[in-house]
Amino acid sequence: MYRYDEHDLRLVQERARQFRDQVARRLSGALSEEEFRPLRLQNGLYIQLHAYMLRIAIPYGLLSSAQLRKLAHITRTYDRGYGHFTTRQNLQLNWVRLEDVPTILDELASVEMHAIQTSGNCVRNVTSDPFAGVARDEDVDPRPYCELLRQYSTFHPEFAYLPRKFKIAVTGSRHDRAAIAVHDIGLRAVRDATGGIGFEVFVGGGQGRTPVLATCIRTFLPERHLLSYTEAILRVYNQLGRRDNIYKARIKILLNELGAAELTRRVEEEHARIADDEGLVLTDDEIQRVARHFEPAVYEQLEASPTIDGLVLGKDRTLARWVEANVVGHRTPGYAIVQISLKSERLPPGDATHAQLDAVADLADRYSFGRAVVTHRQNLVLTDVKISDLAALHADLARVELASPNVGRVTDIVACPGLDYCDLANARSIPVAQDVAARLRSLETEQDLGPITLNISGCINACGHHHVGNLGILGIDKLGEEFYQLTLGGDHTETAAIGKILGPSFAATEIAGAVERAVRAYLALRTDRSETFLAVVRRVGPAPFKEAVYGAHSTPTQRTAA
Amino acid sequence: MALIRRRLSAPLREPRSSDYEVVDTDAWLAIADDAALPAGDVIVSLSRFRAERELLAQRGARIGVRIPNDTAPDVLAELASSVSLLAIELPTQRDGRAYTVARWLRQRFGFRGELRAVGKVVRDQLSYLARVGFDAFELSRGSAHDALASFDELSVHYQASSDQPLPLWKRAARG
Ligand code: SF4
Repeated sequence: MYRYDEHDLRLVQERARQFRDQVARRLSGALSEEEFRPLRLQNGLYIQLHAYMLRIAIPYGLLSSAQLRKLAHITRTYDRGYGHFTTRQNLQLNWVRLEDVPTILDELASVEMHAIQTSGNCVRNVTSDPFAGVARDEDVDPRPYCELLRQYSTFHPEFAYLPRKFKIAVTGSRHDRAAIAVHDIGLRAVRDATGGIGFEVFVGGGQGRTPVLATCIRTFLPERHLLSYTEAILRVYNQLGRRDNIYKARIKILLNELGAAELTRRVEEEHARIADDEGLVLTDDEIQRVARHFEPAVYEQLEASPTIDGLVLGKDRTLARWVEANVVGHRTPGYAIVQISLKSERLPPGDATHAQLDAVADLADRYSFGRAVVTHRQNLVLTDVKISDLAALHADLARVELASPNVGRVTDIVACPGLDYCDLANARSIPVAQDVAARLRSLETEQDLGPITLNISGCINACGHHHVGNLGILGIDKLGEEFYQLTLGGDHTETAAIGKILGPSFAATEIAGAVERAVRAYLALRTDRSETFLAVVRRVGPAPFKEAVYGAHSTPTQRTAA
Repeated sequence: MALIRRRLSAPLREPRSSDYEVVDTDAWLAIADDAALPAGDVIVSLSRFRAERELLAQRGARIGVRIPNDTAPDVLAELASSVSLLAIELPTQRDGRAYTVARWLRQRFGFRGELRAVGKVVRDQLSYLARVGFDAFELSRGSAHDALASFDELSVHYQASSDQPLPLWKRAARG
């Protein structure tokens, strides 16, 4: 993984010192809250319902065991002993004190971490494929490009005050595990006929109140132009993006208002001016220098057995279920990719306790070269586990309640913090997630529901990515009461789609039942187990689901969606 | 009005406090549209510059123009080659258009005169403003002497910008 050199290290140390001074000036009154706000937001510090929330950057989701232990220590020392992994591969602390934040930043700097640009109207943490470097369908490892973009965008002086936040995701695989279609810039690294690396460039995707899938504006951008093209897009956006209405300020709105052809023309025109700037053009040497940080682990030559399939068919059914849902094939014989579910009965989706963080650090050291990755579905991944170690790892995970066998299944729910923490929320997300999961847990085990994504957002800002869940739940406010809309057919992968609202919204007590009826409808409609939920939705359309969800169960609490 | 300016002797490079000074007596006078033109260097609005361009040119003093942060590129091109100072208005801390305008003026249109940030200009933006090409800052509040320290807060700059044509990886040996 990327190791800081003296420059990287000095920058995060200086940043912590700078922020310490800004906090001191805020506490003394020298800075007004209005002046402090954009400064703290550049550093991931929000004011929530009950306390400050600090969002820590985890560039492209990659963590070392030392970093995990430091995060455990921070949650234990400065917060309430747990953290929340987000849909952008970051970690949020919900109960920090303003005066502790500079010290937390010092602690983070000591393990090559920071909270720079995890909020505010700037380029945010660059996200990527959690299986990067080990996926079987990978053409190009996206992480060196993520790191190049991270450095390029860190404290970029021109783009710290964009019209709105700006999110970039990069993948290098055919199967999109980075949700590039719903990012301001989505990049897919590909190879041309001669093996040269370039990017398919997508622009203007996003969620929020106007969900849009990104448009491809370049089919092959040579890798040396990664930064110059990014700069051209950012510059056009900074100049022309709307600033009169924060709900119309994302680049997706600019794209819609100008039209894709005109936006592309302007980007290309700006790019033509700067494409050969020595300040922007990447060289092979520089790309190689960064890529060397991501060289593959030194794998052992392993026997072909045991196999993942063998374990799935094995006698230990608990282990088999876990392997089937959570373990994915690795490109190296004898190894496997292990996904650790953070969706248990006990904790809110995406939360991990300090003890669990420490445990994952230990397990990463023991089984997976001391690395772990955060996914945008709020789980963790150990990327390099020997298949022969899977049973032992499973037992170790079970001891710390991290062995839920449900990754990619309906109880692997993605949820934002919602009204329990967030002051923008209309409704709670976490209790709904827990209700739905409790209701579906037995159905999932008994019926083998297969892959279904279920996403919950507490308001239209869509941090829970409900638009792209196969099933999406959106909290809305109706005359002071919490209601929930159900959407169907969303997809965050290479076949991306925005889900459609199924019908009238539900009261908090009704929504879990509605989800269960939709899932039961799927069971009745599928031709066999190999037909996934999404495939059925695409084959039959919403009508049968609507009938199942609303048909006989219409109750007076249902009202028309606001 | 507290004014900070890059020293004339300072080389063009990434910000550091020793390259900047607090200016007590500014040679430039900002003139309202309806005020008579005094002798000396003046900063006028874009509309006045357009209306009285000949007159201004005949005075034998330098001309500065105050422009909004959404001034179009063709206007920037015209001004870059005809005036000695451009003052760009920052309406709020959050509105970042002035940063792109500054880079265009410096890199695309080759403007060599003084680029001054006016309006809502606070200490914590000075370093970013300096990096995109501003060399003078009318601080909207707080002590200018204290604000100088902000140029030294971050000494590592990954990217090229108006102050530095090369990215860090071309300037330093990297690990
Ligand atoms: S979706 Fe709304 S409620 Fe949920 S975290 Fe985002 S802003 Fe808060």
